[in-house]
Amino acid sequence: MSALPLQTPSGIIAAPFDVEPIRADFPILGEVRVNGKPLAYLDNGASSQMPQQVIDRLVRYQTREHANIHRGVHYLSATATAAFEAARVTVQRFLNARQDREIVFTSNVTDSINLVAHGYGRAFIGAGDEIIITHLEHHANIVPWQMLCEEKGAKLRVAPINDSGEVIMEEFEKLFSPRTRFVSVTHVANALGTINPVREMTEIAHRHGVPIMIDGAQAVQHMAVDVQALDCDFYAFTGHKVFGPTGVGVLYGKAALLEKMRPFRGGGDMILSVTFEKTTYNVIPYKFEAGTPPISQAIALATALDYVTGVGLDRIAAYENELLRYATESLRAIPDVRIIGEAQQKASVLSFNVGEVHPHDVGSLLNDDGVAVRTGHHCAQPVMDRFGVAATARASFAFYNTLAEVDQLAASVRRVQKLFA
Amino acid sequence: MDSTQLYQEIILDHNKKPRNWGKVEGCTHKSEGLNPLCGDHIWVTLKVVDDAIENVAFEGKSCAICKASASMMTTAVKGKKLAEADALVQEFREMATGKLDVGQGTHHLGRLTVFAGVKDLPARVKCAILPWHTLHAAFAQEATISTEGANDPFANA
Repeated sequence: MSALPLQTPSGIIAAPFDVEPIRADFPILGEVRVNGKPLAYLDNGASSQMPQQVIDRLVRYQTREHANIHRGVHYLSATATAAFEAARVTVQRFLNARQDREIVFTSNVTDSINLVAHGYGRAFIGAGDEIIITHLEHHANIVPWQMLCEEKGAKLRVAPINDSGEVIMEEFEKLFSPRTRFVSVTHVANALGTINPVREMTEIAHRHGVPIMIDGAQAVQHMAVDVQALDCDFYAFTGHKVFGPTGVGVLYGKAALLEKMRPFRGGGDMILSVTFEKTTYNVIPYKFEAGTPPISQAIALATALDYVTGVGLDRIAAYENELLRYATESLRAIPDVRIIGEAQQKASVLSFNVGEVHPHDVGSLLNDDGVAVRTGHHCAQPVMDRFGVAATARASFAFYNTLAEVDQLAASVRRVQKLFA
Repeated sequence: MDSTQLYQEIILDHNKKPRNWGKVEGCTHKSEGLNPLCGDHIWVTLKVVDDAIENVAFEGKSCAICKASASMMTTAVKGKKLAEADALVQEFREMATGKLDVGQGTHHLGRLTVFAGVKDLPARVKCAILPWHTLHAAFAQEATISTEGANDPFANA
């Protein structure tokens, strides 16, 4: 099963996707057995695993290159600074941003969104203004805007979704008013896998003269993202969901907007000069990087991005599409299984419930068979409410997963179904 | 441990056919229990006469571990004196957190020892304990308890 012929999004038949050499790069996949069973790690939406190349980069950095950046005149500080700034350029290329100063290192997507809510929102959104999000959002793309609305007396407007878990685009556009000041939408819905039409959403926002932020936490590991082609104003993703370390996130912002924004946090590195009377802020992106940043994590993230670029995001998308199709078919064939989220355009995320069995029971029993899935509300309670469930089990696939692991999942789900029948 | 060992016949049976499901008419004590991380949400109502539990019931939405634990709890405490029931709450909690070895020493857990294995499933301990926390809160006349944060009655235990 390891080599599948693939249809890429551009329609070209690429070389077969050979998953075994890729799996060999991820030591944890071979090292770990659960209850004596091989691990089927299907919780990539929560956090992905690291290839040896990324682990090696962390070790090499800590072994030979570490010092604090942007301040020392000594050899190690210069080495670390060069590697950190090279990582910024790698991220710039990964997103196809125009300039490296449009890339801000944060600690995760939550941090990136809060940065924009404070830096842009608090400066430019006031009483009676409106912010548009969708019903698909992760709490991280709801709560910062709610907090801003509460503080400023602004209003949050939520674009509804249909029964397949897709944003109803006519309703989305209807939400725009002369008071709309900002739009923030997810690229891929974490609980359901829906891929939002973010290019079209950006066009609509811009037609109304409103900037748009895209939460790419669940997107960049599944598909190529080009921020210039999207023309979005902000884009955020996190390191640990794209085979890099925890503790590092990215905020892309158009330079003109970043320059207009207030700093988020005050401290070292984000200043040009400080007296007790006045502080002059540093230029972008440093204005937003107060304090010592996640240096080793940013450097290793660059290695992770090089890794996925090397495999090819078009090939990854095509292979994962096969995994998703097979998993959807396999679970649909099991009595009482309900799949939640059946959008036309989906990333390799599969939310499901087994009859009335609580997802936590499902998750515990799947774990007995070595299958790791996420269970719960996925930090997306409005999505759960929309589908009338308290929680779901969610299998989320990466390009190192296999059709055999899908079989392992399906066999385990069958066992749960029988146990509770 | 393998959680399949926990999902024994008796637990699956109480999950499917929970005993004492619903509300006690004219209850003297009631409490709501919530486990925000997994969404277990139950209500326990009691009628206490002369310091004894004349009747007890529960309802709500929860996983099988929580529901079976609640169901078996109601059958275990019905008719008991409040002090006896509260002692059982302590014993159950100590068993679920691994502080009481049910094979050793004296205890009053009886069939409730089917939940002993939960101590090896850290993510599920709270599911099993929630009904007991809720019962304890009802004795103390606390309206709502939560297994997270400031309302967790055993947070620092």
